[in-house]
Amino acid sequence: MKQNIFTQVFSFYYEGFRSMTVGRTLWLIILIKLFVMFVILKLFFFPNFLKTNFETDEQRSDYVIEQLTKPK
Amino acid sequence: MIEAFDFSLIDWSRGQFALTAMYHWIFVPLTLGLGFIIAIMESIYVRTGDPAWKRITKFWMTIFGINFAIGVATGIILEFEFGTNWSNYSWFVGDIFGAPLAIEGIMAFFLETTFIAVMFFGWNKVSKGFHLLSTWLVAFGASLSALWILVANAWMQMPVGMKFNPETARNEMVNFWEVLFSPMAMSKFTHTISSSYLLGAIVVIGISAWFLLKKRHQVFAKRSIVVAAVFGLVTSAFTVLTGDFSAKVIAKNQPMKFAAFEGLYHGQRGAPLVAIGVVSSTPSDPDNENIKDFVFKIEIPNFLSYMAFSDFNAFIPGIKDLMEGNEEHGIMPAAEKISRGKLAIDALAEYKQAKIAGNMAKQAEAQQIIEENFKYFGYGYFGTNPDHLVPNVPLTFYSFHIMVALGFWFLLFFAIVLVLVYKDKIAHARFWLILAIVNIPLAYLASQSGWVTAEMGRQPWVIQDLMPTMTAVSHLDANAVITTFILFAVVFTTLLIAELKIMFKTIKNGPKSEGGN
Repeated sequence: MKQNIFTQVFSFYYEGFRSMTVGRTLWLIILIKLFVMFVILKLFFFPNFLKTNFETDEQRSDYVIEQLTKPK
Repeated sequence: MIEAFDFSLIDWSRGQFALTAMYHWIFVPLTLGLGFIIAIMESIYVRTGDPAWKRITKFWMTIFGINFAIGVATGIILEFEFGTNWSNYSWFVGDIFGAPLAIEGIMAFFLETTFIAVMFFGWNKVSKGFHLLSTWLVAFGASLSALWILVANAWMQMPVGMKFNPETARNEMVNFWEVLFSPMAMSKFTHTISSSYLLGAIVVIGISAWFLLKKRHQVFAKRSIVVAAVFGLVTSAFTVLTGDFSAKVIAKNQPMKFAAFEGLYHGQRGAPLVAIGVVSSTPSDPDNENIKDFVFKIEIPNFLSYMAFSDFNAFIPGIKDLMEGNEEHGIMPAAEKISRGKLAIDALAEYKQAKIAGNMAKQAEAQQIIEENFKYFGYGYFGTNPDHLVPNVPLTFYSFHIMVALGFWFLLFFAIVLVLVYKDKIAHARFWLILAIVNIPLAYLASQSGWVTAEMGRQPWVIQDLMPTMTAVSHLDANAVITTFILFAVVFTTLLIAELKIMFKTIKNGPKSEGGN
């Protein structure tokens, strides 16, 4: 029976992942890395400074202009 | 003005960005170089039908996969840092940085989810021709992906195609093509990718040399060396040409960086190129701690002038000319640039005040002053400390010379390897095989030195002439930056150890008759 395109694509990836050898370890590393980067680092250590501290673009530009022009 | 900056915060922020970028750059050049080497090997397989070439291709594809998997997304952390540590900079660059990075992100996503999957999973499932096409598309796609990042970096070295909006304090792109095709972007792209291809070739030859020394998989190793040496010879010659192109662009647009490359303090006609030199550890000018002359040097007469302007008698400005000015050669003194920069900064403050007061005439007047002096905007922050405009000369000099010397060495090495292959002596040339392995860390050293040259040489600027590094940082607690610096060092070192461990294991196992992915 001829499979439709979606089933073909699914089975292509499914069988590809199933037959991996070194790839399994690599995928594990990729998933751990993405978790550390996006869940731990981004959420807890890397908030966007201007987005977090100001609500509007006007406030952000006012702040940056103040930073760039204030007498040091 | 400069005294009020928190240099501990600035130094740690710079250190953190450098650490992230340098770790990221450990993975990128091998992906770029190996991609094309694999594509060439698979092309030979498809053309000859010889299964040995399929085996060779699959082995190097596994090495590519390991490097790609460990390195993928490490660059995203740089984007996190822009938003957190470099918020003034991120705001100031506006959409100019965002557009190329967005294109890169979209391209990389589609490329990586489709063609890389076909490359790894598609053996015996798609036609040979389509598989080969996917492998070539991955190779070209990776280089195209690098293009957008390098365009963004080049804009920081040579800001073009934009207009500063004093209303928002952002630079707005007015000409996308000028940004994309600026001489800096083209020279940076061509030189960076060609040197990455070279690195890929060095890695393939080095690993193959190990197999030959161990007397294992000798046919596989010899064939791999032939492909990599030819590819390496062509790309290293191209790296020399693109390096020459880069030098000319830098001499014209970043003369201070160019002078730092060579430790040239006093400008001259027919300037010599320092082939080998040792920079003094003590300042030779009591007024400027950055000016350190040579203890010893061997020079090639007139060659620096030729390198910069294709003219053996061209005038090359030295650091002193750029600082004190040189009327004869039309070089404005740093003091003049500082006062014009100050005018632009003050006008920006006045523009804001006039806007609040609703004074349109005053606003227009301030805007005109900003436009007239904007090209010197960043100089305004140096007040009475113009010596901060000089980059770290010894570091720039050494990193530049390490990169150039190794680049020429690799060109020679590829030629020697090809001669040994031609005479069928490569398998027994023990000295050259050991040297091939030693070349692997040297190739990474050359690649990293290239970035140190480019990024340290342009200091104090984060955007050339417009924004110094010290004004680009966010006002954070320095301790928070130190914490994330340590975190990154741990995460990236762990990733690097993981990569090396998996890679060494894969190499030790050698190519399989029908290896998995």
